[in-house]
Order: sequence, then C-alpha cells, then structure tokens
Amino acid sequence: MRAQHQIGGGRWQVELELCGSGDPLLYLHGAGGLLGVDPFLAELSKDFKVIAPHLPGYGESTGGELVEDVVDACLFYHQLLDDLGIASTNVIGHSMGGMLAAELAALDVHRVKKLVLVSPAGFWLEQHPIPDPFAMDLPELAAHLFHDPKSPLAQMFTTIPSDPQQLADMYVERTKRLTQASRFLWPIPDRGLKKRAWRIAAPTLLVWGESDRLIPPVYAGEFASRIRNCRSVTIKHAGHMVMYEQPEEFVRIVRDFLKG
Amino acid sequence: MKFTWFHLMPYRFLPDDFKDKYRSVWVDIPRHLYDPRLGHQLYNEYLDQLEFADRMGFDGLGVNEHHQNAYGLMPSPNIMAAALARRTRRANLVVLGNSIALYHPPIRVAEEFAMLDVLSGGRLVAGFPVGTSMDTNFCYGEVPATLREKYHEAHDLIVKAWTEERVFAFNGKFTKLRYVNLWPKPLQRPHPPIWIPGGGSLETWDFCADHGYQYSFLSYFGYKAGKKVADGYWGVMAKKNKPLNPYSLGFAQVVAVAETDQQAERDYSPHMDYFYNRCLHVYDGFADAPGYRTLTTIKAGFLGQVGARAALRREGLKWKDFLDGGYVIAGSPRTVRDRLRDALTSLNCGHLMVLIQLGSMPPELVRKSTELFAREVMPFLRDLWNEWEDKWSPHPLTENERAIPASLDDSSTETNGRYNSALAGENRPAK
Repeated sequence: MRAQHQIGGGRWQVELELCGSGDPLLYLHGAGGLLGVDPFLAELSKDFKVIAPHLPGYGESTGGELVEDVVDACLFYHQLLDDLGIASTNVIGHSMGGMLAAELAALDVHRVKKLVLVSPAGFWLEQHPIPDPFAMDLPELAAHLFHDPKSPLAQMFTTIPSDPQQLADMYVERTKRLTQASRFLWPIPDRGLKKRAWRIAAPTLLVWGESDRLIPPVYAGEFASRIRNCRSVTIKHAGHMVMYEQPEEFVRIVRDFLKG
Repeated sequence: MKFTWFHLMPYRFLPDDFKDKYRSVWVDIPRHLYDPRLGHQLYNEYLDQLEFADRMGFDGLGVNEHHQNAYGLMPSPNIMAAALARRTRRANLVVLGNSIALYHPPIRVAEEFAMLDVLSGGRLVAGFPVGTSMDTNFCYGEVPATLREKYHEAHDLIVKAWTEERVFAFNGKFTKLRYVNLWPKPLQRPHPPIWIPGGGSLETWDFCADHGYQYSFLSYFGYKAGKKVADGYWGVMAKKNKPLNPYSLGFAQVVAVAETDQQAERDYSPHMDYFYNRCLHVYDGFADAPGYRTLTTIKAGFLGQVGARAALRREGLKWKDFLDGGYVIAGSPRTVRDRLRDALTSLNCGHLMVLIQLGSMPPELVRKSTELFAREVMPFLRDLWNEWEDKWSPHPLTENERAIPASLDDSSTETNGRYNSALAGENRPAK
C-alpha cells in the first residue's frame, strides 16, 4: 500500500510503501530506487510490518535538497521513525541503501535491532575498484547488475518505453534519482563508513549475489572484518540485484535471520 | 562587430581508426596516443597562430579549459593566455574560461585572472563556464547534485574579491576563508569584463541577464541550430526589460575561407570530418552525468552537444550537409561574408568567436583561412551594430602606459624596450 506522509513538520513529503504487520522492518532502497513492484517486500510483509520509504528526491518524495550527505540521510530516517512512532526496528539496506543502513546503525546503536546489508556500498578497496554505474548505458549496467543479463528480468530492466512521453518521463525520473544518489556515491562510493563501522552493535547479516559485477563479493570480507556481530551469506545464480533475481531464497534467508 | 580568433587546441594526430577502436576522446582516452614531442610542436604551432591572429587585427584571442581529452589540450588556458600576454600587443585575451567550481579555494581563479589582467595591461576577458560534464563530473569528480551551487558560490567569492577594497571573511558552504585580500588585484576596474560561456542551459540566461554579463553560446551545431538558443536568451532579456544589445551575445561558429567554394571543400573537408568524428567522439556515458543539466533544461528539450544523441544528429553528414545545416560557414570570401552577415543578423550577435583551426587542420591552411578572413571578410562586417555600444570588451592601458617585453636576443640589455644603463654599466647593483 502506498501512502504519503508529512515528516519533520512538513520538511519532507514522503512516499512510503507500507505493508504487512508485526515487527517493523525498514527497507532502504539502492540508487535505482524502488521499482514499484517489489515482490520480495510483499513476501516479507507476511511476517513483518514493512516500511519502504522513497528517499527524498525519489518518486514523489520531496525535500531532496535537505538530504545532502550521510548525516542528513540518517537524521531523515530517524525523523521518519519518530513520526511513525517506531522506537527500534530491523533494517534492510541494498547497495546505496546498505551504506545508509550501516551508517544509521553506527550512529545510533539503539535504534537498529537487526541489520541486513545486501550488496552494500560504502567501502573502497584499491585492488578491487567498483565500476562506475553513472557512466554506463542500460545494457552495460544490466551486465553489471544481473547474474544473467539475458534473463527476462534483466530484459525488462533494459527495455525503454517506445512512447516518447513515457520515455521523457522515465528519463526525468531517472535523472532525479541518480542526481540524489550522486550525493552519496559520486565519484567514489565511500563517505567514511570505515571510520564508524566499528560502532555497529546490531546482529548483522551480509547478503551477496555470487556474480555481483558491480560491487564484487570480495567486499563482504571487508564488511565482516569491521562489523563485530556479523555473518555472511552468498546466493548462487544471482548478481547485484539478488533480491529480485532469487527472491525465494533471499526472503527465506532474511526471514530466518530476523526471526532467529 | 567584434571578432575573437578562438583556438580549441586539438590533438591533430589521432589515428584513422580512432572512432572504431576507442570509445571516447574524453575522460578515458588512452594516454599512449599522446606524444609529448608532437605536443611540444603543437603548442608552439597553436600559439604562433594566435599571435598571427593578433597581427591580422582580430579583436580577441580565445582559449578555454578542458581536461583529459584530445579535443582541446588546455587543462589550464591561463598558461596559454600568459604566453600570449608577452607576445601580443593588441588583441584582448578572451579566456573562456576557468571552470570556477573546480578550484579550492576558487580565490585561485581570482588571483590568476588578476595576474593575467595586470600582465597584459588590462586586456583580459574573464570567462566563467560551469564546464562540460566530462570535465567537471568525470575528470574532476564534482558531485553533479552540487556542481551549480558550488559554481555560484565561487562566482560570488571571485567578484567580491575583485571589487572589495578591504580584507573580508567569506563563510560559504563550500569555501570558508577568514582573510580574503586579493594581491595583486585586477587592473581593470571594477573588474575585467565577464563572459559566461554556455551550452544551452536555461539558468545561464537568467544569470547573465541579472548580472549584466555577456552570454557566449559555444556550440558546434552552427548558427541555424543556435538560433533556438539565441532566441531563448533574447526572450529572457526582453522579459527582464534589458536592452537587446548585440554585444551581450557571443557566438562560436566554425568558419573556413578559401579562394573559391570548391577550393574550400577540397582544403577543409577532411579536417571537418576529423573534428566532428574524432574530436567530438565522446562516450555517451560521459556526455551528461545525471544532475549535470537541470530538470528545467532537460524538460525544455535542449539536447547536449556530445554523446549518442548528438552523434546521431551528425551521423553520415557530408560537406554539403554541414554547410546547408549551418554547422560550418565555408567557401569563398564572398560566400562567407554573405552567410555570416545573415547569421549574425539573425542571431543578433555582436561578438563572434571564429573557429578557424579545426581538427587536424595544418598550419598552412590555418594561416590562409585566417588571412583571407581578416582581409576579405572581417572588414565587410565591421559596420554591423555600429549603433550599439560594446560594454563587454576590456579597457586596456594606452600604448604609452604599456610595458614592452625585451627582445629575445641574449646579448641585449634592454628592459621594457628601453636601454637600461643601471643594468648594463658600471652601476650594476652588487649581488
């Protein structure tokens, strides 16, 4: 169910995907944003109250100019949780969202119960430079994001609308999203998390697609070595978009971790 | 009507199969393609051309800033302007310009421009471009979301540093300085004329109109495509009740002059091809970082100048198409004269940036085209806009006030062109 919420006394008008009931589960999307149809969230909502906000600057969420850096983003999520009356929550973050989820968990150890980082950004290893997603056309991007770039899922991702108006709208929305993402990821997706990750106290699960060609699985080791209470899972036949590519296995692993 | 001889300083020696073999002339172009020994020849060849243009009576000599590319070899145009300041006498130094968002602190630009203005005796035009996406976002790592904000802050700081007589503190978002105190300060008061080179962003028109700066539209699609942008700019000026003074619009146009129209095609066609197909061969992923252009500009349907869509517009174009489309104005002096008069009149443009050296064009052709333009074209267009005052050209020192560089002869003991007995004779100061 999609809802609009005023957050922070009207500083932000936030578009939220809200579904299910139970323990709260905050989902922080990656640079591409929520797709709108995100089956793995629907599946998780059978056990959790899923809260998936569109980051300000994405979709209908306003106030992107107030979220300029990691601290701003964390304060925004705090305010969102305050306004929704949620004292502490499980958090899942994917890619850029994983970076922000880790920052949130480091800045306030009491707010995050359990943390799931899915192919998170945030570190930079000189021996394993992350390719530049901002300089890629769609087919090239798909080749980096998906285990099988020829799969129907990847094909859907790379298909552009033939209607010129739809195409223009898509281009404008994509520009909006990536402009906002550039604040956290451009030109190197490292905003100093390595200095703060030691603070993360929440039990943490790292999930990586085995053939992630955007942020290679070698980065899991870097996260695991810097987060105290952390374990790592690799999913086969999946790339950077692991929760779309292997939704059943992904949901099972995440549910077991959060319930366990 | 004023004319600036504008140099891009391309690398002339890209291989024939460049476009097929490499994805981009900018950002990640392989370094082995650059030979510094040839580069040495090129810089000197290009400076010779600019110096020649000075002697031929052009009003300005134009240089600009680009990074990591074979399209234009001037990461620092200020270095070129410094070289020209010593070896030219008359023409203005049109530096279009420094990408001010890239410098920390941007006071560096205020300083270097002040140095150039003082060194050249007040001949500087100061250009403040945002810079291309390739240069700013990809080569210099600027975050697209904040590039324009940073640009505006840098502009405010530089202009204040030029004009404020007292030491001041600057508390910007990107730059914080406790003591701003420009030494040296520019020679021209209150500051050198400011020209804003743009590629068609709507916000730039408002910025120029509000500050009274000259707007220079730098495009390689020529005057026909440029008409839409010029009209947009004049529309903004009219709406803001600003005078529609032609000198407040600069426009870059590729021009090639030969003895006849046929000769022009024979001479220049291969070099146009080199320019459009090698110098502008920019990988689409580097052409336009998300957020580089504002949503307002994107929604208004203004296309970028490089990248896949721009390349598509030029795909398969032949010499005749380049002429018919207005990309290039070329031919006999009479043809060029007539075409240019139409173009300048239709754009309402008083400052033409003439692009004569283009792509792989060798020095002898550059010289011929420059000379023919200066002798057979320029004088016939001078009368344009006589009724308007040019408020955007520099105010240099008079001839009498100017220092004269010493001759290059080693045995000479002249300074400032005058015999200096103190340095030459017995009275040489002890070391």
